[in-house]
Amino acid sequence: MTFDTRSNAVQFETPLLDYHLAWRTGRVTLPLRTDEDVVGLRKQVRERAVAIALSLVDQTKLVTAASELARNTIKYGGGGEVHLDGLDDSMRRGIGLLFVDAGQGIPDIDSALRDGFTTGGGLGLGFGGSKRLVDEFDVDSRPKEGTAVLIIKWKR
Amino acid sequence: MSMKDYADRISQTILDQEAAIAAEWLAQLEALLVRSNAAAREQLRSHCQQFLKAFAGATRSGELENIEHRSWDEVRDLLSEISATRARSGSTPAETATFVFSLKQPLFSRLRDAFTGDADGLASASWTINTLIDKLGLFTITVFQKTKDQIIVRQQQELLELSTPVVKLWDGILALPLIGTLDSARTQVVMENILQKIVDTGAIIAIIDITGVPTVDTLVAQHLMKTIAAARLMGADCIISGIRPQIAQTIVHLGVNLEDVITKATLADAFVVALERTGATIAAKRTA
Amino acid sequence: MERIPILRMGDLLLVTIQVDMHDRLAMQLQDDLTARIVSDNAKGVLIDISALDLVDSFIGRMISNTAAMARVLDARTVVVGMQPAVAITLVELGLTLHGVKTALNVEKGMALLGKNFQ
Repeated sequence: MTFDTRSNAVQFETPLLDYHLAWRTGRVTLPLRTDEDVVGLRKQVRERAVAIALSLVDQTKLVTAASELARNTIKYGGGGEVHLDGLDDSMRRGIGLLFVDAGQGIPDIDSALRDGFTTGGGLGLGFGGSKRLVDEFDVDSRPKEGTAVLIIKWKR
Repeated sequence: MSMKDYADRISQTILDQEAAIAAEWLAQLEALLVRSNAAAREQLRSHCQQFLKAFAGATRSGELENIEHRSWDEVRDLLSEISATRARSGSTPAETATFVFSLKQPLFSRLRDAFTGDADGLASASWTINTLIDKLGLFTITVFQKTKDQIIVRQQQELLELSTPVVKLWDGILALPLIGTLDSARTQVVMENILQKIVDTGAIIAIIDITGVPTVDTLVAQHLMKTIAAARLMGADCIISGIRPQIAQTIVHLGVNLEDVITKATLADAFVVALERTGATIAAKRTA
Repeated sequence: MERIPILRMGDLLLVTIQVDMHDRLAMQLQDDLTARIVSDNAKGVLIDISALDLVDSFIGRMISNTAAMARVLDARTVVVGMQPAVAITLVELGLTLHGVKTALNVEKGMALLGKNFQ
């Protein structure tokens, strides 16, 4: 995989990078390369969730989904980064997380989304399970190019 | 004439004729008042005066189109307050918007005088003021709606709290009678409540009694199943009681799998099972 | 590297997880517990997760694996103190923790393991 040394951005062009452009605020981009990065992300997501007053259950669901996807980025994507955004569509507030890596890609997204499925690369429960924990879920993955996963949770 | 010149002339007109404009405006509004008592009239007068002052100040800034602009902050805040007060006291959104719209008439007649001999100028100024007041009127409706929504949400929450009572039947045994129709949102809150009560009371059995629930749909059934699964993960268990024949039919029809959930027709039956599970029994007193 | 401490009470091992565990730490705990069950000839393992506000699939699997290995080594495992929000999330995630006994708190957990303290 390639890291652009100037901007330290992951080289995987995906239309998901433009998601909800008009509603995004306060973007924080975090690297995902080590176990500790996952813990750091959990903390930040929890703080953001508390800040927009998500219920305790919704906070936990979002942080858990973030943890799962962060782990996937590191283990199967060879490392990458995550963009953490505040969302505001003028009617409600939310949090968006975009995980990007320039790794091997997911060969069969539908199978991967089915619970417990392991490609030997072992995406397993976390990928499909995460989808159930959030309000919006989108994947863009191309073999040998990379993967982008977007999750969004809105304040009910 | 530049926009700034219009703005200056308009705001000057308002300031010069404030009393007269206010009087005319007030007269129109009072005619519409349903309940005309001294307190209502006094509040109305106060609202009118405050609004006119703020309105004049805002027009003087020169911004006559964008009411989201900084110079209109005070006017918007004032309208928000007025709108919220009226929402809470039972006015309709139309009444509240009328408060703003009825300012047009007195304003237009004063503008006519201020722009004598300048027909184009008058047309322009009138159109600008017309659009401006329309925007402000619509703004009050938005605020009104938001306030009403907040009131409804709060009432729903209060209702929710009232309708999820918890009864401690015995050491470690809770009964949670669910009452009323369960919609998806409500069931989720109830679910979280049940689990929290289990933790708070250290209950190992929670009897969820659905005698008071008229219908159960797939979503509600699923939520109930998830609640039971979550309770088990935490180290407690649930029994469902009060399943009436119609609900039993629905559950079977929906194909919900109740295989490893204990279900009982009555709360009393469920209680007996719960007692057995906690290792207690009820014994009759022996009479001498 | 930091390790999660394991306490011993007779033939019972007690673990209280109070930190947000990264994956390596979780694996280390699994290894340590398995080693201690053998070295201490433990018959019971009590894992207290009441301080955990997050249990994801990795940690969940670590717990399942630990319980499975303990069983093979003739010891029983009880996990106590799971928070409601965590339980709800695990159910949604589809993680069942099959074969793991759970209890609401340490006291009840001990009772499950056959240890009652007056």
